[in-house]
Amino acid sequence: MKRPPLEPLFLARQSYRRRRLGDAARLLPIVGAALFLLPILWSSSARTGSGAIYLFAVWAGLIIAVSLISRRLVDSEPEDTPPDHLPPPGPDEG
Amino acid sequence: MLSFNLLATICGLYVAILFAVAFWADKRAERGRAGWIHSPLVYTLSLSIYCTAWTFYGAVGYAARSGLEFVTIYLGPTLVMIGWWALLRRLVRIGRTQRITSIADMVSSRYGKSTLLGVLVTLLAVVGTTPYIALQLQSVTLSFAVFGPEGLQSDGATDPARTALLVAVGLAIFTIIFGTRNLDVNERHHGVVTAIAVEAVVKLVALLAVGIFVVFIVAGGPSDMLAQIDASAIAEWQLRPERWMTLIFLSAAAFLCLPRMFQVMVVENADERHLATASWAFPLYLFLMSLFVMPIAVVGLDVLPAGSNPDLFVLTLPLAFERNTLATLAFLGGFSSATSMVIVAAIALSTMVSNHIVMPIWLNARQGGATVSGDVRNVVILSRRLSILGVLALGYAYYRLSGGGAALAAIGLVSFTGMAQVLPSLIGGVLWRGATRIGAAAGLIVGFSVWGWTSFLPSFGESGILSLATFTEGPFGIAMLRPQALFGITGLDPLVHSVFWSIFLNTAAFCLFSLMSFPTPLERLQGATFANIFRYSESARGWSGGAAEAEDLLMMSQRIIGATEAQRLFESAALKQGKVGYLPDVTADFLELLERELAGSVGAATAHAMLAQITGGVSVSVEDLMKVADEAQQILEYSNQLEAKSAELGRTALQLREANEKLMALSVQKDAFLSQISHELRTPMTSIRSFSEILMAGRQLRPEDQARYSQIIHDEAIRLSRLLDDLLDLSVLENGQVTLNLRSDTLATVLDRAVSATEAPGAAPALSIERDRVAEKVMLHTDSDRLAQVFINLIANAQKYCNAPNPVLKISVREIGGRAVVDFIDNGTGIPKYAHAVIFEKFSRVGDQKAAGGAGLGLAICREIMGRLGGTIAYLPGQSGAAFRVTLPESVAEAA
Repeated sequence: MKRPPLEPLFLARQSYRRRRLGDAARLLPIVGAALFLLPILWSSSARTGSGAIYLFAVWAGLIIAVSLISRRLVDSEPEDTPPDHLPPPGPDEG
Repeated sequence: MLSFNLLATICGLYVAILFAVAFWADKRAERGRAGWIHSPLVYTLSLSIYCTAWTFYGAVGYAARSGLEFVTIYLGPTLVMIGWWALLRRLVRIGRTQRITSIADMVSSRYGKSTLLGVLVTLLAVVGTTPYIALQLQSVTLSFAVFGPEGLQSDGATDPARTALLVAVGLAIFTIIFGTRNLDVNERHHGVVTAIAVEAVVKLVALLAVGIFVVFIVAGGPSDMLAQIDASAIAEWQLRPERWMTLIFLSAAAFLCLPRMFQVMVVENADERHLATASWAFPLYLFLMSLFVMPIAVVGLDVLPAGSNPDLFVLTLPLAFERNTLATLAFLGGFSSATSMVIVAAIALSTMVSNHIVMPIWLNARQGGATVSGDVRNVVILSRRLSILGVLALGYAYYRLSGGGAALAAIGLVSFTGMAQVLPSLIGGVLWRGATRIGAAAGLIVGFSVWGWTSFLPSFGESGILSLATFTEGPFGIAMLRPQALFGITGLDPLVHSVFWSIFLNTAAFCLFSLMSFPTPLERLQGATFANIFRYSESARGWSGGAAEAEDLLMMSQRIIGATEAQRLFESAALKQGKVGYLPDVTADFLELLERELAGSVGAATAHAMLAQITGGVSVSVEDLMKVADEAQQILEYSNQLEAKSAELGRTALQLREANEKLMALSVQKDAFLSQISHELRTPMTSIRSFSEILMAGRQLRPEDQARYSQIIHDEAIRLSRLLDDLLDLSVLENGQVTLNLRSDTLATVLDRAVSATEAPGAAPALSIERDRVAEKVMLHTDSDRLAQVFINLIANAQKYCNAPNPVLKISVREIGGRAVVDFIDNGTGIPKYAHAVIFEKFSRVGDQKAAGGAGLGLAICREIMGRLGGTIAYLPGQSGAAFRVTLPESVAEAA
């Protein structure tokens, strides 16, 4: 018996975008962690003043990035349905 | 200088405002107008209980001692929040669909609703949180003491122990009032959350105000400030890479695992979308909280005399510049940080203690417990209140015992490390289906022990609980086990050492035992549900059903979630199955739903145990497990539509079958009635005829005989006409030809009339009637004669059928969903289940035919009358005896 697959292999452009947005949201904490750990590399010669400026700048950047991504994620999310059952295959790869 | 009394007054006023806010929010939510209480902003602000007094005052002290390292405490949570899409969203979704009540409940529920794990996590939480509460008490007393000496000197009012005791008692009262007001099915505390949001604003504003004052007024602007930082004692950034990494990891772990954080983040979450806002707004809050910490520390070191406590710079700096208002604001900020943490921690801990320790013991102590009488809700609420008192008493005792000294200051990170031990089981359980109960228990026990040995016990100091010799040579001289140099690896920072070994060994044990053990069916089911929460949040089932009686389940649920709520749940479940009334079929779906609802009140493990007592314990069948397997799941998806169709057909068939059964029963009864009615018509006719013949014969009758015979004829004629009246009344009602005589009246008057009409004149009443006069003050605009007729019928029925030795009829009035309902509950044996469906039909009679003396038309007339008046009447199962519920028409019921 041949069954239809649980999820389509390719997605329409819109849902493709949304998935990549989700990927970005997952990547963000990793990027953030890397940037926050960066001072370890120059720990021998670090100064408090410049260190604080660097940390707070990274922090502010992350806040702006996550606010942009989160807003678009929520706007594009259909009401509480898993993004699995979607229109027929589009031209993009999933 | 601010006087101590003035400060105490301000503090009292502030607390009064908090009480008012909490009270107002609770009232508002109760009336279903939560509005902005459910907004993402309030959610974000409630997360700020992460910033306790330890961070409000302590961060500056930390910065003054170790420079920029303090910021790691905020960086960890920032990373967790900006990664919400990957992890927090998952936790919140699980928390909402599984009705999770605490972090212990989450772990217990994931690993097959295990009681053992619930107890372990609860113990860990109590041990880890108690010192933290002590720390908050200490910070409040210290900040009071800053104002003390110069104000009112040594009059005893500033005695730290007394202040701490007062604060602890006040917090206990607040928490008991607003944390255990009701046993909510979704375990949310609107009042508490709103009060905490207000406190969050106060602490942010306070710290920002002090910071702006320091940077722009004392230091003269941002660039001057930077120059001053570079010239200060902490200009050199003493970055220690291993501590930097460890602290970021630790704060992130604690943010997820601290009981109070789990409470506000997952349990109190009203809408998953709020996370999206909090994902940037909460890091922003932390950003603002830490922005001015460095400047305050630097200026404090510079301006204040050497040797002053850097932990209190936030308070002493404004005082040094004679800024009393600013100092008061800072004091309130610190006070808010301490109190909000303690309140939420006490609520979270009391939920855990009562659900995972008290309830299992209580259930065990009463074998067959779930079905015996008594209100479980009172037990739960009482145990929560006692737990809150216990938690605060422990915190206070710890504060007194530790002497409130420097030992406490280090306890924040020790506490964090302790709670972080839950992390492997939590994250592993959510992401990995293969994690098992045995693995989780092994991980927790190992992590807990290593933490206790390397972090908690040493925190009491080098000659505290552990002797100095243990530190230098190990226990019993075993150098491998020295608490700060496990396995002979020396030279590590004690904190890094403890975090590394406890988390590493914990995770290793968790993985190893998970790989080697085999999970129980329920564990596998829960594992699949949790790990795939976004794919099948609804599909996994825990019950095979069938063995339990719906009425037993209803009786049990009424005692856990309350009568109104339980009846509503059962009624809607029955409706969904296509049935009318309060008793749905006991299907697997229904049991699953019921268990989840109960879990919201008493926790997953207890709810499961209680259901198991009634259903006989068989919870997972082979078929259910098959559904979990991926392949079976795919077939299931494929045949979803077919299944839906067949379910619909099944429902229709059920309805048809029920209708058919009803018709058959009625047809039998109708035949019986026809023969009976002819009999009933004939008997009076016969006696009327024979006695009138005697009278007509005109023989010599004594006058008293004559009178007696005519009396008999008269009585029989009355009986006959009453029977005919009833029949006529019913047919008029059924054909809708009745005209209603509407007027205004109170429910109490109508009931009075009904009660007095049923009393036999002269004789003492056989049936005693209990009423609630206060609740009966409901204004009605209806045909009160007709309504009284219904009531008379119900009371007369109780008089006739209630077979208890001391018959009692309870008439209670209350409001459900905006409509007044009147319940008539007697203490007899009730109506057997097979008769529920037909008692409202014409000609139907139950039980002893002779006792009835009527034709079985009374309840049918009642139903028709209520239908005409726009209300309903129904039989209410699961009560002490026969019970009828009259729902009054919507538009007519209004408060008097």
